[in-house]
Amino acid sequence: MPFASTDKYIASRDLEVSVNAAVKLQRPLLVKGEPGTGKTVLAQEVAAALGMPLIEWHIKSTTKAQQGLYEYDAVSRLRDGQLGDPRVHDVANYIVHGKLWEAFTSETPTVVLIDEIDKADIEFPNDLLLELDRMQFYVYETRETIVARQRPVVIITSNNEKELPDAFLRRCFFHYIRFPDRETMEKIVATHYPDIKASLAREALNVFFKIRELPGLKKKPATSELLDWLKLLMIEDLSPDVLRSDDAKLVIPPLHGALLKNEQDISLFERLVFMSRRG
Amino acid sequence: MFTGFIEGLRKSGVPVSITEHLSLLGAMEAGVADYSVEDFYFLARSALVKDERWFDRFDRVFAQHFKGLEAVAGEDLTAELPEEWLRKLAEKTLSPEEMAAIEALGGFDKLMETLKKRLEEQKERHQGGSKWIGTAGTSPFGAYGYNPEGVRIGQHESRHRRAVKVWDRREFRDLDDGVELNTRSLKLALRKLRRFAREGAAEELNLDGTIRATAENAGTLDLKFAPERRNAMKVLLFLDVGGSMDDHVKASEELFSAARSEFKHLEYFYFHNCVYEGVWKSNARRRTEQTPTLEVLRTFGPDYRLIFVGDAAMSPYEIVQPGGAVEHWNAESGQAWVERLTGHFRRVAWLNPTPEPAWSYSQSTAILRQLLEQRMYPMTLDGLERMTRALSR
Ligand SMILES: Nc1ncnc2c1ncn2[C@@H]1O[C@H](COP(=O)(O)OP(=O)(O)OP(=O)(O)O)[C@@H](O)[C@H]1O
Ligand SMILES: [Mg+2]
Repeated sequence: MPFASTDKYIASRDLEVSVNAAVKLQRPLLVKGEPGTGKTVLAQEVAAALGMPLIEWHIKSTTKAQQGLYEYDAVSRLRDGQLGDPRVHDVANYIVHGKLWEAFTSETPTVVLIDEIDKADIEFPNDLLLELDRMQFYVYETRETIVARQRPVVIITSNNEKELPDAFLRRCFFHYIRFPDRETMEKIVATHYPDIKASLAREALNVFFKIRELPGLKKKPATSELLDWLKLLMIEDLSPDVLRSDDAKLVIPPLHGALLKNEQDISLFERLVFMSRRG
Repeated sequence: MFTGFIEGLRKSGVPVSITEHLSLLGAMEAGVADYSVEDFYFLARSALVKDERWFDRFDRVFAQHFKGLEAVAGEDLTAELPEEWLRKLAEKTLSPEEMAAIEALGGFDKLMETLKKRLEEQKERHQGGSKWIGTAGTSPFGAYGYNPEGVRIGQHESRHRRAVKVWDRREFRDLDDGVELNTRSLKLALRKLRRFAREGAAEELNLDGTIRATAENAGTLDLKFAPERRNAMKVLLFLDVGGSMDDHVKASEELFSAARSEFKHLEYFYFHNCVYEGVWKSNARRRTEQTPTLEVLRTFGPDYRLIFVGDAAMSPYEIVQPGGAVEHWNAESGQAWVERLTGHFRRVAWLNPTPEPAWSYSQSTAILRQLLEQRMYPMTLDGLERMTRALSR
């Protein structure tokens, strides 16, 4: 079944086309976009749409490409050797499987998410080129080659912290998630909170988009912040009128923490929004 | 197929390779974008463009290359354009009566012929302001050789709705920062400024420590770990965006994008000619939204390396005289502000995009060099290296 927008995840047409192209041609799909625009959730939705299990590999600045394949736990082996453990004679006991090993050897096709690839070292993507291309790799310690039984669907996300190498980019399909416009955002809100009061959603979105337009914000609130914030507003059963209010003392507290996350941004908001409203 | 289009992309600076061209063809063959031009556009973009800052260029080339049939009329139309698309375009271009007549006469070939003729006619009549081509945007082919408001060819439902083509909306215009890809050499130079520090969780095996501890333990392993090394260098960029800097915009943008990818802790502000009491983050709003320079001094600690980027070319009064600034009244001289900044940050440098030999002809440059204790460097690889060496001390 091809991937398409669902009642849980709103996908634009260009995203649908990119996902389906990547799946059909068995190429990785690189997804970029502002934080909180649904990059990570996308992989879960694709897995659900295709009916495949999802294997998630979250990348940190210290992650090495090799860890996605396997790691040889020499330290444990050394320790076992000192303790006289018989397991020590078979090196295979100390080969720790990585996420790609898991995906390659799975009985059924899988979706692999390589999340936030730009967090890793600049060379990380290059180190995975061959493996993702051929979908196989060699284990030196045991002298075996792990070949993918079926090529997994690979979804890679990036927050644009680093430029990715050209050779890597050439092999991917690419999708840039644009920040949702008002109409799309209304739909996204509806998927998460089908029962939200229309007036509250409307006022909240007004405030939300106004805040995003403030120049110089340290951290622009994104979809995830909006959703968290709406939840708080619903729990507190806040009247939509408060959001429309001109009184900074009334409006700031419901914004604090969820939408605006640091003092500098709050003071910026105060200065710009309230000054302009009073005219 | 599509070779002309790919050529056009490459000419406009979008780096498209054969691998990507083949992916596009493969996906077309696999039927990923059947029967819809919009899907074809999305697919081509996804297969050929790998960075959103080139989307706008892609849109322009796409619009130009696939603008109706005009550009390719008379040549092998079908080689470049999906047949279904042509059909839709024909429907738009020809009147229902014409369509019916053609249909009666016999199918697609006849239709194509008529369409070709019609397009030819349009070309000839172009000057005459005929009912076919006008700039008012009401005819099927407008200012750009097609109706700027466009037709959404390929989607049956929307045939009666006027829709702007996605690629004509130019929605990614803001993302094209015009920076050439070739920032790698800049990055390599800046990389010398990296200062590694062991920060965060202890997760790297400390070999020396382990051997020592194990020996002390009479041979029983005692593992020692240490945090991994990371780049802890903090950089603050002050970029001149004044008039005479226009010639150097590209160079400073390249520097900026290289620095942004190299330093985790990078902040930037703009100024004009010399620094005074306020700096700004958005040039369009420089008059309304400034950050007080004092706030910059409070916010960023002396561990930040401050790098000015500017041509240092101005009237000397702009530096030494209160009220000497070009754009506004400054109560305190630029010199006072520069001294405040160099006093606070200490590790400071000025990168100057004008060639070093020319500096001696500019009085303002001489003054600033003196204020910076000669730490002014040309924006060349060699200059960058000298700067990084000075800054990393
Ligand atoms: N198109 C969408 N439809 C439904 N929900 C969405 C959509 N986009 C984002 N969300 C919601 O927004 C939240 C953030 O999404 P997610 O964590 O995937 O963002 P991200 O882009 O991976 O962010 P980061 O870059 O911070 O990792 C999730 O709760 C997700 O459900
Ligand atoms: Mg994420």
